[in-house]
Amino acid sequence: MLVTYLEAIRQGIWEEMERDPDVFLLGEDVGVYGGPFKISKGMLEHFGARRVIDTPLAEAAIAGAAIGAALMGLRPIAEIQYADFLSCAFDQIVNFAAKCRYRWGAAVPMVVRAPCGGGVHAGPFHSQCNEAWFVHTPGLKVVMPATPHDAKGLIKASIRDNDPVIYFEHKALYRRIKQEIPEGDYTVPIGPAAVVREGRDLSIITYGAMVWVAQEVADTLDQEGVSVEIVDVRTLLPLDEATILASVRKTSRVLVLHEATLTGGVGGEIAARIAEKAFDCLDAPVVRVAAPDTPVPFSPPLEEAFLPNAAKVLEKARWLLAY
Amino acid sequence: MAAVKTAPLPAPPETTGTDPEADLAWRFLHYMFLMREVEDRIERKLYRQGKIVGGVYSGRGQEAISVGVGLTAEPEDVLFPSHRDLALYFIRGVHPREVFAQYMGRVGGLTRGKDGNMHMGDMKRRLVAIISSIGASLPVAAGAALALKYRGSRNIAYVFFGDGATSRGDFHEGINFAAVQKLPLVLVCNNNQYAYSTPLELQMACANVADRGPGYGIPAEIVDGNDAFAVYHAARRAAEHARRGLGPYLIECKTFRMSGHSAHDAAEYVPKHLFEEWAAKDPILRMESLMLERGWADRKDLDALYASLRQQIDEAIEWAENSPYPDPSELTANVYEAS
Repeated sequence: MLVTYLEAIRQGIWEEMERDPDVFLLGEDVGVYGGPFKISKGMLEHFGARRVIDTPLAEAAIAGAAIGAALMGLRPIAEIQYADFLSCAFDQIVNFAAKCRYRWGAAVPMVVRAPCGGGVHAGPFHSQCNEAWFVHTPGLKVVMPATPHDAKGLIKASIRDNDPVIYFEHKALYRRIKQEIPEGDYTVPIGPAAVVREGRDLSIITYGAMVWVAQEVADTLDQEGVSVEIVDVRTLLPLDEATILASVRKTSRVLVLHEATLTGGVGGEIAARIAEKAFDCLDAPVVRVAAPDTPVPFSPPLEEAFLPNAAKVLEKARWLLAY
Repeated sequence: MAAVKTAPLPAPPETTGTDPEADLAWRFLHYMFLMREVEDRIERKLYRQGKIVGGVYSGRGQEAISVGVGLTAEPEDVLFPSHRDLALYFIRGVHPREVFAQYMGRVGGLTRGKDGNMHMGDMKRRLVAIISSIGASLPVAAGAALALKYRGSRNIAYVFFGDGATSRGDFHEGINFAAVQKLPLVLVCNNNQYAYSTPLELQMACANVADRGPGYGIPAEIVDGNDAFAVYHAARRAAEHARRGLGPYLIECKTFRMSGHSAHDAAEYVPKHLFEEWAAKDPILRMESLMLERGWADRKDLDALYASLRQQIDEAIEWAENSPYPDPSELTANVYEAS
């Protein structure tokens, strides 16, 4: 079945709502309007207003209500319209949801869906990749799929998980990426990274929309006789260190790539683990390619300068290969 | 998390059973005294002896609120206590020994040492633990009420908070969401006139928290928070409203915090005459007077109740002191569900 990334997420939610009557969706404009990106189009008509809830414009209420319902054993999917607005629900997510199990043994089986990412000329408040805020919060799980296959499999696994999961979906992939996926039910487990391209000379460790940039780079370098391995991390918390380190040990050269800004980003954590645990395998320093430490700018030339792309990655990759 | 095995406390004493009001008075007094005595031991004995780890937050003088409201709840209703609502735990069957162990950071506490003082909950008893950013419970309580409605249950949720919490954005978002969705939620404000050192006039410009009810399109009433019967009847009206599917209902209980914010706080910022005025309105003394006046009890009955509760509390403290500290190996347990 050939589907877009968006359709894959939609299918995953739809199938889980059919499978489990405790699964429901809440968020701003998710019902009558079908969601700003049409992820939930038709769900209100099919599942009814009890299970597809249009909320007031209030992210703390959305996240908090999801936590309360999850404590009671339901499986809410809370849509935060743009990942940028997670800031408005931050206390609920990082202080309430993330710490319930550890503090008093209460499960919070909820999913927070957060459309993230730039490249859509949406400016500083509709473009951020703010996954690192949550990766620094023990008790949460954080995933960011790159492909329709993983988007569907991970949303289903997230809904079935008994801990709070922040599910980042990249807006620029919604309609741009199509892929054959299996018919019917399958999940992609939270945790394992995927080696999405095997290679010998250089590892690119990445996730989200940057997986596709990495593929472009790998195609270019392949024509020059350089074999690139790509690890799609997929789950950022907990991090699949073993798969990352195995790739580093194989290629001895590693480039860590993400769309989020550089300082305090997930790439720093990945680089640190490589340095601590695979230093003896490295033939060159670990290199990071990320957005510069600025807000996401609006105007196209500024945004283009901000976002990592194949040209920027190629430049660093060539430096790394020549080291 | 494995439940700690404890013997349940004996049920509160019953009178002849012929006068339901007298029975209720006995239950009020039982739980109010239990709360007062447990908190006094924690704040005035164990804390000063260095046996308490961290802060102590008591509800001294405010016991009529958690008791009056708590006794209107059905067993399957969900409670979101604040840090001044210890009696709710006892009403739900939590043993004082679990509370002492909680305050001492021992494994016998409800959080097994993972959190302290009033930060405790147990979903089996439908008690949800607060977090320190007060007011955050409101949207979560709305969500619990949503779940009850979702499942077609007749049960409701109760959320407790202070005057300080009403200044938080979460307070507004939670009430508004519950009102729009007509969720079965009873909102109980303990207006004890101080949030830490901040007096009401620096907290809000309106005269009463209840004044905000109409702004959310929900009923709200003001009640004497030191009168357990008045609180109880207001909570009954609120619960009935919520159970009938008419949406949230706000009760503002006017009271006074007869202590500092916590045990380390001498509350020197509170004018002394206020403590004196409110001491005369003490909810336990008031209940005693009423019971004696109505002939529901004589002094000997009251002393017997207090002696019995004190003895159980002595035993509970001893049990808690013998409960071990958590092993450091538990540090990394239960961040996530065990796979």
